Amino acid sequence: MTAMLELRQVSRTYGSGAAEVHALREVDLGVDPGELVAVMGPSGSGKSTLLTIAGSLEEPTSGEVLVAGSSLASMSGDDRARLRRRTIGYVFQDFNLLAGLTAVENVALPLELDGVGVNAAHTTALAVIEELGLAGQARRYPDDLSGGERQRVAIARAIVGDRRLLLADEPTGALDSVNGEAVLRLLRTACKRGVAGIVVTHDAALAAWADRIVFLRDGRIVDQTTRPAGPESLLAHGPSR
Amino acid sequence: MSVRHALLALLAEGPKYGLRLRQEFEARTGEVWPLNVGQVYLTLQRLERDGLIESDDAERDGPQKTFRITPIGADELSAWLRTPSDLSKPPRDELVIKILVALRLPGVDVHDLLQAHRRYVVELMQRYTHIKAEAPPGDVSLSLIADAELFRLESVVRWLDAADVRLNRPSAEPSPEPSPAVGEESPTARTSRAEIRTEAST
Repeated sequence: MTAMLELRQVSRTYGSGAAEVHALREVDLGVDPGELVAVMGPSGSGKSTLLTIAGSLEEPTSGEVLVAGSSLASMSGDDRARLRRRTIGYVFQDFNLLAGLTAVENVALPLELDGVGVNAAHTTALAVIEELGLAGQARRYPDDLSGGERQRVAIARAIVGDRRLLLADEPTGALDSVNGEAVLRLLRTACKRGVAGIVVTHDAALAAWADRIVFLRDGRIVDQTTRPAGPESLLAHGPSR
Repeated sequence: MSVRHALLALLAEGPKYGLRLRQEFEARTGEVWPLNVGQVYLTLQRLERDGLIESDDAERDGPQKTFRITPIGADELSAWLRTPSDLSKPPRDELVIKILVALRLPGVDVHDLLQAHRRYVVELMQRYTHIKAEAPPGDVSLSLIADAELFRLESVVRWLDAADVRLNRPSAEPSPEPSPAVGEESPTARTSRAEIRTEAST
């Protein structure tokens, strides 16, 4: 299976000389279609840099990034922009919804920017919004929605169309634990349908929703979980305490 | 876990047979705490002896015997529900002890040690999260049990994370002596240590 995202020996350095900061050091990471990977690490460990490089929002200092088997370095600027619009969906901690557009207009926007007609884009956007349980909120503006609803709209915008790579940066940071859990359920469901997902977080409860967790420290991947055993053994004997 | 009070709670809903009590207990606790029949009947006998429940026929034993809660039992249940569990005593946490010991051991990278424990706990959290993710939508009990374990495990990860950050600070280098001499320790620190020790030993 071709990995949907592959980072090969990716490094990123900011500044130079005494002020040089190594945000990422020789990172190797592959994410398959259908897999949700969490990247965990403390502040300053390089999580957000990893995500922006994976999402083609920033270029590595060295190393190679491949999306669906194609190297980003070999693409023209236009091709990369098209890839960002069509293939990659982004979810941010602060939602990044446009306040002047309704929920359905926010979700339809990436399709319209990609040349889909207004009516077709709205029909597709509405279907995703309904799927995420927000049919009643489709015509409302972000300011009229709760935090949890806004993040669901942001997820709808990230998965609308034929997105195959979903990148989320602390997507539940502003939400309580139950609303945060709802957001992770949606991301997990999207991945079960074949999307490859990366969520970066410092929060273990959030990371635990992923199929695999990689641990980042000082810009390096220092460890990762093995595929978890089934939950049966936990229930069979009950808690040991 | 008080089986005694859990049975009282089930009987507060109305009279029930012993076998039904066992089934309902397991269903309500997400089948995480299996009970055997003997345990149920032994507990029921003691509750009856203490006047907290009564049965239709004190002479007849077996699966057909119906139990009901008494007013004294209802008071006992109400008091138990409102009594907070005792969390004042710090547990003797083996993980904390391991890290404290490792701080002074030559050749041990404490950050690697913290990560080894972090990975183990996070893998456990993945398994409990899987239980929650796959729980039938109406099964609130199972989600609550998984939540309880997840929050407990999350607190361990947060402690490991905090330890990582503290040990990265320049002042985190352990002193060559095991602990400061009593005379050199500030009165506040001395009082705090004594307080934790007293709580842990009671």
